[in-house]
Amino acid sequence: MYVLVRRLMFYAVTAYVAVSVNFFLPHMMPGNPVETMIASAGGQLDQRSVEALKAQFGVGTGQGLWAQYWHYWGQLLQGNLGLSISKYPSTVAQTIGSALWWTVILVGTATVISFVLGTLIGALVGWRRGSVLDNILPVTTFFQAIPYFFLATVLLYLFAEKAHVFPNSDFKSYDTNNYVIGWNPGFIGSAVSHAILPALTIVLASVAGWIVGMRNMMVTTMDEDYVLVAQAKGLPKSRVIYYAARNAVLPSISSFANALSFVVAGSLLTELVFSYQGIGSLLLSAVQSEDYPLIQGIFLIITFAVLAANLLADTVYVLLDPRTRQEA
Amino acid sequence: MNGLASEPILEISGLSVDYGFGPDAVHAVDNASLTLRRGEVLGLAGESGSGKSTLAYAVTRLLREPGVITAGSALFHGRDGAQDLFDLDAEQIRELRWSQISVVFQSAMNSLNPVFTIGVQLTDVLRAHSKELGRRERRQRAAELLDMVGITEDRLRSYPHELSGGMRQRVMIAMALALEPRVLIMDEPTTALDVVTQREILQELGELRERLGFAVLFITHDLSLLVELADTIAVMYAGRIVEHAPAETLFRNPRHPYTEGLLGSFPGLHGERTTMTGIPGSPPDLRNLPSGCPFHPRCGYAMDACETQAPALLPISWEPAEPRSASCLLHTDGHQAPESLMRAPKIGSTL
Amino acid sequence: MRILRNRKTLAGLILLAVFVFLAVFGPTLAPYPALQIAGKPWLGPSSAHWFGTTQEGYDVWSQFLSGDRAILVVSFLSGVIATVLSVIIGVAAGYFGGLADNFLSMLANIFLVLPALPFLIVINSYLPAGGKSSTALMAGIISLTGWAWGARVLRSQTLSLRKRDFVDAAGIVGERSWRIITFEIVPNLVPVVASSFLFTTLYAMGTYVALTFVGAVDVNTPWSWGSMLFWAQGDQAAASGAWVWFAAPGVAVALLGTSLALLNFGIDEFINPRLKAAGLTRRGLRAAGVTRRSTLGLTPVLRPTAAVVVTSPAEIIEETV
Repeated sequence: MYVLVRRLMFYAVTAYVAVSVNFFLPHMMPGNPVETMIASAGGQLDQRSVEALKAQFGVGTGQGLWAQYWHYWGQLLQGNLGLSISKYPSTVAQTIGSALWWTVILVGTATVISFVLGTLIGALVGWRRGSVLDNILPVTTFFQAIPYFFLATVLLYLFAEKAHVFPNSDFKSYDTNNYVIGWNPGFIGSAVSHAILPALTIVLASVAGWIVGMRNMMVTTMDEDYVLVAQAKGLPKSRVIYYAARNAVLPSISSFANALSFVVAGSLLTELVFSYQGIGSLLLSAVQSEDYPLIQGIFLIITFAVLAANLLADTVYVLLDPRTRQEA
Repeated sequence: MNGLASEPILEISGLSVDYGFGPDAVHAVDNASLTLRRGEVLGLAGESGSGKSTLAYAVTRLLREPGVITAGSALFHGRDGAQDLFDLDAEQIRELRWSQISVVFQSAMNSLNPVFTIGVQLTDVLRAHSKELGRRERRQRAAELLDMVGITEDRLRSYPHELSGGMRQRVMIAMALALEPRVLIMDEPTTALDVVTQREILQELGELRERLGFAVLFITHDLSLLVELADTIAVMYAGRIVEHAPAETLFRNPRHPYTEGLLGSFPGLHGERTTMTGIPGSPPDLRNLPSGCPFHPRCGYAMDACETQAPALLPISWEPAEPRSASCLLHTDGHQAPESLMRAPKIGSTL
Repeated sequence: MRILRNRKTLAGLILLAVFVFLAVFGPTLAPYPALQIAGKPWLGPSSAHWFGTTQEGYDVWSQFLSGDRAILVVSFLSGVIATVLSVIIGVAAGYFGGLADNFLSMLANIFLVLPALPFLIVINSYLPAGGKSSTALMAGIISLTGWAWGARVLRSQTLSLRKRDFVDAAGIVGERSWRIITFEIVPNLVPVVASSFLFTTLYAMGTYVALTFVGAVDVNTPWSWGSMLFWAQGDQAAASGAWVWFAAPGVAVALLGTSLALLNFGIDEFINPRLKAAGLTRRGLRAAGVTRRSTLGLTPVLRPTAAVVVTSPAEIIEETV
């Protein structure tokens, strides 16, 4: 699968760029990076943090810029993302590790649901062009424009505050007072119930994009001869729709990359609103506490996760479109 | 093959098809009547825009938006007796499709779904119509079909983009014959192919017809193709059928000025050298048809009456016994047709 | 212009005009400055304070009126910068091909794949305080993540245009490259560029609001609806029942986004007419007595029968919704 190998190399390059940006960005500000961070924090970092930063960025060790760069890479490849300032003495890696799973499960599930739902609805709306279903489009447009976090806040307000279906403030990802993490039914039940609102937010805010994309592609595909042939063959309607949809879905998969960027952004904000203890909340608290190693570490992890998801989407695409397997 | 004596299998009467609606509607087919008989090859010839494809797709109710059928009937004598295709509902049509009437579309590349294998596209018709067949039987039948058109069985696993143009067209034909239909409608099936492949395919088609005995409605703009292939030919112009006659008769002794013009437009390979004449003028704008006979502005024999009176497709008034018709006022009572349109078959020649 | 006849475009344009008006005149119309104590805290909507007050006692209505300007400025500025970038990079990549194309495409793809919001948050976290409150700088930084999509689209459009004969002809005649690009290619790209601009502006708006909400930029200077949302969230407006405080800016942002999206829909349909729900309209068919819609694969039959006479409908309006 030559195509996939090329994509893999591209992602490797992107990862390289991300890491380099991470390193060079603080260096691009006037002064040495640690000074930059201190200035950005309003001069309020304590001695401990300053030492940790200096160690990570190799400042004051008398090494040149490139040496510091390779040093940074070396650390990274060993899995050492540095020490967290705000969660001292935990390392960045540890801190991220505990939050990562919450986000992956929530965002992963919600994205899949959104994609599947959006594609199915889009196929239907596209098939029944000119019917009342077309009126869905302006509605979905509006939903698409609603900021994720606003939707999240509305949902929180409605269900938690008004209807008291879910706990309100201090929402978190599970009921921390009563349950302990582990494979016990209490915890799992609580975790699931706490995940419903955030997942609903993500799905509602992102499904519109899939619907519109699929609908547009469906309309274009239905003009193709092979769909008319399917009709001429006297195939049942579901099969004819499948003939079209199976082709129309391809651009949605290839645009997954673009869409994922939005979903990541939205999920971040959703986590903030629901105090969900995933990577998003972690990033934001890191920003607020000026924990630079943590900020950088999270950025890298998020980037790697997105790249992995993209590679997955690419693989699916190659599986679904036989024309890509032609070794051109 | 003489199919003239057999019973009709598809009787189209007074078919009119419009594109669009209301005062701006374009009349793509105007009062067309045709009869296709069992086992017959009926060639439908005409320029682009003459309405030939529109007619064929309208009959099978496959015409895309904004096509509408505004008049006429299409009586199909199928396995369940005679039915008017325009009276059937969606489910009845679906059942009839492919099992009794099938279509070979123009461009095979666009007619095959790029993401499914050939095997899948062959077997899904079987799945839909021959529910009694099991998986293995379906696959077997698919292999048989490919064999019938000279393609090896391993191609069942191929995708359309992996086949050559000729192979794709053969697959389309095999696919069309999967359920052994009575009528095969072919829309310019060889236009996109080179002449050599064209020849091969037409030959194979002839053999298949001998074997399976289906009738063919063969649509083309290339009259010369129909010479050997067709039993009868219908010529269309501006949405009307202007002449309908047995193939060889039409070639040797045309009765309509347009047909004469068409025949004069391409050179024969043998015989004496004749000067090629085209047809002056250009095809009419369907939204703005001339009054009376639509061909009269370009017709060398036009009379005054032609401008006001639209001719109907009628048997030739002065040879009423012949199984042919033309829509030209020259052949109606009270008018005299020119000599070139009155040629009779030479005595002793075979028809 | 034909575009204006499209219902969606018209709606979007009107809505956008409202917001532009608000941006220009909002702050002047506000009874109080956004960050000045105007009354007791946590007041509900009343005649004195149409939208109530915040936890500090600021007037929500004033805050709301002042919140549009910064957003529009940053969004449109960012949209312009990003679109200019995408035109330059996309057209160059598509026209010149070869190494330049490979490099530029790779660049665009990298920026497309990098998750934008975390990236921007990281960049912003290093900015000194002055930088965090500068609209121009913000617009510039946001446009860094917004140009890639447009560049990709323009590149593929340029590629297909380039293969067209009229471009070849211009080259044969001896036209210089930059002239060909400016006079032959770019005019054909205008609808795509317009659509790209709207989309990028929409994206910039969402991103700017998100960045403010998160606190990655200065939340008080300049004041925007994002700032309102930041403070509303932080002060637990939803939990305290002060729903106008967080609903007003949120709905406003959504409506602004909708206006841009509607405009974009209109342009999309202009570019690809098939997307319009055109063809035989339901009205026309129903007038003729055909109850079933024209579905693919079943051409409708409208023969005159004894019961139904086909009369031409009074008007045929192509449904453009």
